[in-house]
Amino acid sequence: MAQVSMTVNGKSASGEIDGRTLLSSFLRDDLKLTGTHVGCDTSQCGACLVHVDGVAVKSCTMLAAEADGAEVDTIEGQANADGSLNVIQQAFQDHHGLQCGFCTPGMVMSAAALLKENANPSESEVRSYLEGNICRCTGYHNIVKAIMAASGQDVSSIAAE
Amino acid sequence: MYNFEFQKPDTISDAVAALGAEDAQALGGGQTLLPTMKQRLASPKVLVSLKGIAELQGLCMGDDGSMCIGGATNHATVAVEATSYPALAATAAHIGDPAVRNRGTIGGSLANNDPSACYPAAALASGATIVSNSREILADDFFQGMFTTALEEGEIITEVRFPIPEKANYQKFLQPASRFALVGVFVAKFADGVRVAITGASNDGVFRWGEAEETLSTNFSPDALQGLSLSDSDMIADLHGTAAYRAHLCSVMTKRAVMAAN
Repeated sequence: MAQVSMTVNGKSASGEIDGRTLLSSFLRDDLKLTGTHVGCDTSQCGACLVHVDGVAVKSCTMLAAEADGAEVDTIEGQANADGSLNVIQQAFQDHHGLQCGFCTPGMVMSAAALLKENANPSESEVRSYLEGNICRCTGYHNIVKAIMAASGQDVSSIAAE
Repeated sequence: MYNFEFQKPDTISDAVAALGAEDAQALGGGQTLLPTMKQRLASPKVLVSLKGIAELQGLCMGDDGSMCIGGATNHATVAVEATSYPALAATAAHIGDPAVRNRGTIGGSLANNDPSACYPAAALASGATIVSNSREILADDFFQGMFTTALEEGEIITEVRFPIPEKANYQKFLQPASRFALVGVFVAKFADGVRVAITGASNDGVFRWGEAEETLSTNFSPDALQGLSLSDSDMIADLHGTAAYRAHLCSVMTKRAVMAAN
C-alpha cells in the first residue's frame, strides 16, 4: 500500500492504495465519485474520461499512483458554482445529447477538453475529437450538435434527429 | 491485474537501478501495458514509471539538424511541437485518440514494437537512431520482429533522433475499431535515396520495402510503383483482412504516401 494525494475538483483528496489501483477505481471506490463511468475497461469507450492536469485521459488506463500530486477534474466538478448546469451540460440537455446517459460523463469531459483547445470547432473536428468516445445508443448526431451549440455556434440548421 | 510495487524515479540512473529488480518493467504512458496487465498477459512485480524523469520529456533540434524526442514524450506533444518534421507530427496526431495521445509515449511505442503501431514505421523510414541509457541503436537494427527489439532487459529508450527528410508522408489504412493501422506506410525521401517502411502488414512486424525504395529513389512518383507488389506469404491474416488484401494495401498506401509527399 502507498499513500497518494491529489486535488480532485478543487478539493484535496488522499488515500492508501495498491500499486495496481486505477485512477477510475480510486475516484469511484475510494472517493465515491461514481459519475466517472467504467464502460469497457480497455481504453476504447471513453466513459471514464477525466482531466488530469488539464488534459483528457482515460482514467481506466492510468494508475492512481501516476496522478499523485495532480489536479484531477471529473464530471462532478463541471456544474457551475451555484449548482446549475454548465454550458456544455446545458447544451446536452437542450439538444438531447444523451439517451441512456452512460457515455455522457466521458462525452462532456471530452467536449470540455476539445473546447479548451479549439473554441470554435467544425462538425468534422468535433467528430474527429470524439473518436475515443463511444455512445452505444449511437446518439452521436445530437452529441455533436450539443457540443457545437456549447461553443456558441448556431446549430438551428442542423436537423433534429 | 496482479498487484505490483509502483516506483516513479526522477532520474534515468534511479530508473535503471529500479529496473534491476527481479521482474521489473518500465512503464511509459501505459496505454498498451496496462491493458496487457489487466489481461494478465504481463505481471511485473515492480513497475517503474518513466513519467517523472524531466530529461526524458520534450523535443529539441540536434547539432546535425536531426529532431530529438525524449523517450517519455507523449504523442500529443509531438503532434504539436514537431513542426520541423510535419509528417512525423501528422503521424503522432493520428495515433489512437486524443486521450490516448495525452498519455502514450514514443519510447513506449517503439519498445513495444506492436506490429500495427505507427511510430515504428516512422522511425524505420526516417532512419532514426534510438538512444538508450547505454548506447545508440539504428532503427534498421532496432526492430527485430513482432513485439521484439534490440533492447536488453532493463534498458530504457531515452531519446529518438530523427533525420529530417526532404519529403515525407505517412498513410494509414485504419482498422476502425482499434484505430491501429491495418496497413500503414511511411515514405521518406532524403538526398541520398528514399526509404519506405510498412507497419500493420507483416507477421515479422515493421519492415522496409526495398524494391519500392530502389524505384522511388530514381523516380519519386506514384507511377513509378506501377506493377510493383509484395508477396502475401508473410502477411498478417485476420478477420479484418486477408494476407492478400494486406499485400494489396501495401502498394496502394505506398502510392498514396508518395502522392501526398509530393
